[in-house]
Amino acid sequence: MTTKAESSSPLIDIESLGFDAGAHLLVRHALDALRPGQSLRVVGAAPGWEVMLEHWCRGQGHLVLWQAGEGGRFAVIDRDHRYGRWRDAQQTGHSDPLVAEAVAPCASPAWGLAARGAQVEAGSPEFAFRLDQKREVWSENAADLYAQAVAAQWNPDEAIDWSVPFELPAPVEAAVVQIMTYLVENENAALVVPARFLGQLHPHYREIQAALAIQVADEARHIEVFTRRIRHKGHEPALSTAGGQASLKTLLDEPDFSVASFLLSVMGEGTFVTLLQFLQSHAPDRLTRQIARLAARDEARHVALGMSHLLYRLKSEPRLRSRLAHAVEQRHGALEGTAGLNEEVFDALILIAAGELTPAAVARGYAKVQTLMREMADGRYTRLVRLGFGQAQARQLAALHTRNFM
Amino acid sequence: MSRIAPLMLGAVAYAPKVVTIWEGFKAWFAERGLAIDYLLYSNYETQVEAQFAGDIAFAWNSPLAWIRASRIARARGEAVLPLAMRDADRDLHSVLVVRSDSRVQALADLRGVTIGFGAIDSPQATLIPLDHLRHEGGLVAGKDYQARRFDVLGGKHGDHIGGERDAASALVRGEIDATWMIAGNYRAFADEGTLPAGASRIVATTGAFDHCNMTVSPGVPQEATQRFGDLLRSMDWNDARVRPLLELEGLRSWLPGRSNGYALLERAVTDEAFYDDQGRIVEPAYRY
Repeated sequence: MTTKAESSSPLIDIESLGFDAGAHLLVRHALDALRPGQSLRVVGAAPGWEVMLEHWCRGQGHLVLWQAGEGGRFAVIDRDHRYGRWRDAQQTGHSDPLVAEAVAPCASPAWGLAARGAQVEAGSPEFAFRLDQKREVWSENAADLYAQAVAAQWNPDEAIDWSVPFELPAPVEAAVVQIMTYLVENENAALVVPARFLGQLHPHYREIQAALAIQVADEARHIEVFTRRIRHKGHEPALSTAGGQASLKTLLDEPDFSVASFLLSVMGEGTFVTLLQFLQSHAPDRLTRQIARLAARDEARHVALGMSHLLYRLKSEPRLRSRLAHAVEQRHGALEGTAGLNEEVFDALILIAAGELTPAAVARGYAKVQTLMREMADGRYTRLVRLGFGQAQARQLAALHTRNFM
Repeated sequence: MSRIAPLMLGAVAYAPKVVTIWEGFKAWFAERGLAIDYLLYSNYETQVEAQFAGDIAFAWNSPLAWIRASRIARARGEAVLPLAMRDADRDLHSVLVVRSDSRVQALADLRGVTIGFGAIDSPQATLIPLDHLRHEGGLVAGKDYQARRFDVLGGKHGDHIGGERDAASALVRGEIDATWMIAGNYRAFADEGTLPAGASRIVATTGAFDHCNMTVSPGVPQEATQRFGDLLRSMDWNDARVRPLLELEGLRSWLPGRSNGYALLERAVTDEAFYDDQGRIVEPAYRY
């Protein structure tokens, strides 16, 4: 029972619990519960508890006095307010992004790796996260896209029926292998670009961090399944061109998060979704069609994240639009001297759509690839218009996009 | 251009963090206009001797080094002064620990058993415990009980706690019947798992003793001493830039030094014949 006299100086009994077994926790929590001006009385029964209590209090900066009571000696501990480790602690926003001022416009280097919403002790080390401005990275629906991605993860061993029987004519199988080789190369870029930004992103922007992280995981899985399709009939990867790699290298060289998101996700992966849908419809075997369907679904989310970020940033920074346009033009200029999409990939697409090497089939395949090219450009145009580009400029920029698709 | 010679401070390099600590202190003092520099010694004996050779104005001394410095000073007709100490240096205790199921309940039960001690020059784990057993229990090592020393890094005066930890492990393994450690290490060894929770029990506690102090060498000008001491005591744990340094050195605040917390160790050093009354080393087994 707590009397009034006692309530001004609460008493705890740590009984026979020793300081070699966690007794300090009882004392700490009792001290934390004190009101200003109160002291804590402690009694115990473990051998040597007095000395151990004194030691612990000294380390914490609490003053201990001993008094005699009815049941023996007890300690009286004053909580010394001078020792406020948390006095100048910084509040780092709030965990719920919907709360007002939850996400800071600029994340302090000293918040470091702390969970958003945590109190950070003054004097914590500063971390050099280059991407520490909300406007540079934020997207309103990154958390939703991450949640969708988590729910939509698939296990290649279960989601794909690798035992489905098929035999393709040798040239057609070789065309599939060439396309898969090209896809792996492009997905390597799609993995490395967000992974690099991930390491530079301030963890305060947790939703973006999570969305980028799962994007990286998606790409790793795509690389795995494309590679497995290459090896399915005992082949090694086919050809990789200088022009293709030069095109991808410009993506890796882009230091600005928004510009890179634009080039990679909106222009590149957006185009890739169309390509994967083409393979889903026209690939000559069910295995390839299954793989293309699953990968296309993931890529569509990546495009959505890029679009969402750019819409967020363009709202407050419309001038970014001209930088984005410039980036497309610059990239086009830089790649003008390269061959663009390699002939092997182009021909492989025709052959895949044809299904066999006969004049009639090739004519059908060629027509389908022409449609694919138009659909790719239309998709880019639509996304550019959604980002607020005028129709004429959107048409022009859509056409300037790299001939390598990504 | 002339440059004012810095005040030299001596410290013993018992662990790599010592460099971090004194580099931090040096920079902090420099920002406040007092030039200090430091010399690191591999052992306290050489550091104390350097105080009388005029090499260092201040020495961050172990309690045993303080005893030696004060004995040498007395013999030479000079004076050393305890300028400051950490709040964590005052009124410490060592505890004698046995396994929970031990039949030992009191000092009298220690006859014939094997007791673990720390380094030969450790005040808290060897000298004061030997003294406690001799004066509180009438027990003398080698006669009434077997002493087993866990010697690590002689000359560091027990700053390196490896000896106490080895002894605690030996207790858990059943190789010894009891062992001494400073109270803080009892909890540290429990926290790190060396002593399983509830597997041991405290059976005796020494009287209170003080630990390190910042000792002023003979002949240091009063003004320099005053300035150094004032700045030292102004270091504020609430200042986030200073706090890491104080935490490394294990203190919350600097307090004025005092010499009346070393009575137990004074007696132990004499009774256990570690130094003579002029501060000469007489313990034949001491290596550093």
